[in-house]
Amino acid sequence: MAKVIVNAVVNGEPVEFFCEPRQSLLEVIRDVLLLTGTKEGCNDGNCGACNVILDGVLVDSCCVLGVEAQGKTVETIEGLAGTDGDLHPLQRTFLDLTGLQCGICTPGFIVSAKALLESNPNPSEHEIRLGLSGNLCRCTGYDKIVLAVQEAGKMLTEAKR
Amino acid sequence: MIDFDYAVPTSLSEAVSLMGSNGGSARMLAGGTDLLIMMRAGRRLAKLVVDAKSVPELNELSLTDSGLNLGAATSCKRIWDDEPVVQAYPALNDSASIIGSVQIQGRASVGGNLCNAAPSADCTPTLIVHSGVCTIAGPNGTRQVPVEEFCTGPGTNVLQPGELLVNIKLPSAPTNSGAHYLRFTPRNEMDIAVAGSAAFVQLDESKQNFASARISLAAVAPTPLFAKAAGDLLVGKPVNEESIQQAAEAAKAVAKPITDMRGTVDQRIHLVGVLTARALRKAVERAREA
Ligand SMILES: Cc1cc2nc3c(=O)[nH]c(=O)nc-3n(C[C@H](O)[C@H](O)[C@H](O)COP(=O)(O)OP(=O)(O)OC[C@H]3O[C@@H](n4cnc5c(N)ncnc54)[C@H](O)[C@@H]3O)c2cc1C
Ligand code: FES
Ligand code: FES
Repeated sequence: MAKVIVNAVVNGEPVEFFCEPRQSLLEVIRDVLLLTGTKEGCNDGNCGACNVILDGVLVDSCCVLGVEAQGKTVETIEGLAGTDGDLHPLQRTFLDLTGLQCGICTPGFIVSAKALLESNPNPSEHEIRLGLSGNLCRCTGYDKIVLAVQEAGKMLTEAKR
Repeated sequence: MIDFDYAVPTSLSEAVSLMGSNGGSARMLAGGTDLLIMMRAGRRLAKLVVDAKSVPELNELSLTDSGLNLGAATSCKRIWDDEPVVQAYPALNDSASIIGSVQIQGRASVGGNLCNAAPSADCTPTLIVHSGVCTIAGPNGTRQVPVEEFCTGPGTNVLQPGELLVNIKLPSAPTNSGAHYLRFTPRNEMDIAVAGSAAFVQLDESKQNFASARISLAAVAPTPLFAKAAGDLLVGKPVNEESIQQAAEAAKAVAKPITDMRGTVDQRIHLVGVLTARALRKAVERAREA
């Protein structure tokens, strides 16, 4: 099938790319835009490893078509650190509190947690577990992820003061 | 995924003509949380995928004097983000906030949930108890179908080739009414209903008797099931545990579940009784608060 030209804003940069209608946004991000931080776990909406923020809405990019990004903004894990390389508070706390082991789920968790903290800056443990229930981790047992998100929430709230 | 073309109509008439093209092998894409996964697995085929999200009528979410206009492509997230809608139709919020995860709810639409016609669909029983009516558009114009008549079997519905679902209209909730949907799943989140039950009740002025009631069940029949007799028997009855148990028994009597990996016939029938009683109690509570 003929490739289609898509214009989107990815991590703040306007980009133009070619893709086939059947390619998922996940495939486009990884294979066309070469942003390989976003991971494929299940490819069917269950694990959250592929999470990105599409026009402000947290989505599983494996369940979105690349062509649907036309005219939209996409935020991936690569967009979280500052231009000077400063890590986002979530990236810091995941490192400092060991919220990861093998790391395959981590970009998805961090993007998902970013969306959670934007709508609820000071979530309880229950709210974090519920909010992140679309993200699966086979290694950590989740406790340290929850702590990292709670800590990052505090850092973000203090930074705003 | 097998190749297909993709189109983004910006008007209803354009969407209808696209759906009628390609010899009926066009499919509508709302959130894609059923469609894209099924297409990838080869369980659905389409030569043309028609995106519903730029057609204004399909994306309307508006409360009017006559009720709720729910565009078919409206996502679950838009529902739980809309405080007036949540206030007016809390049972719709019950359904919209348990489908999959936050990520899934950002995309999954109520219309997609209905069109996909899974017996376990979590929005459909709520639409049924709220007496929802579907507006369908196609090459021969538009027609209306009550939600309880929309699904015809697992994965099938009344849409003819070339037709699409435009919206679901819910009448405004009458005074002294309340509704609730709940389901049973082994896991708290990210699971599909073993059984589910929605109840709508309207109480009389004293709020001590049922004036009307509607009950609908998920995952216990080939389609989401309208348990009409179970609701009807409550009319005129006092609001008490005895009446609620009678309705729950009547709901059990119409459930026709199967045994599969999620549950057995016996477990599902038992669940219908428990869930229907709970749905009714909560609906009464909401009606009394209203
Ligand atoms: C991880 C995961 C968890 C899930 N959990 C749940 C759950 O807990 N409960 C539940 O009920 N479902 C669940 N689902 C299924 C799915 O998310 C829902 O059924 C959802 O509401 C479908 O909406 P959609 O907008 O994504 O539909 P789509 O996938 O876009 O469409 C679904 C079907 O309807 C057709 N269609 C869509 N809109 C129209 C229209 N306007 N006119 C005609 N045809 C149309 C499509 O062609 C397709 O066949 C889950 C799915 C995933 C991937
Ligand atoms: S890869 Fe998308 S949810 Fe698992
Ligand atoms: S760290 Fe390995 S899956 Fe989460």
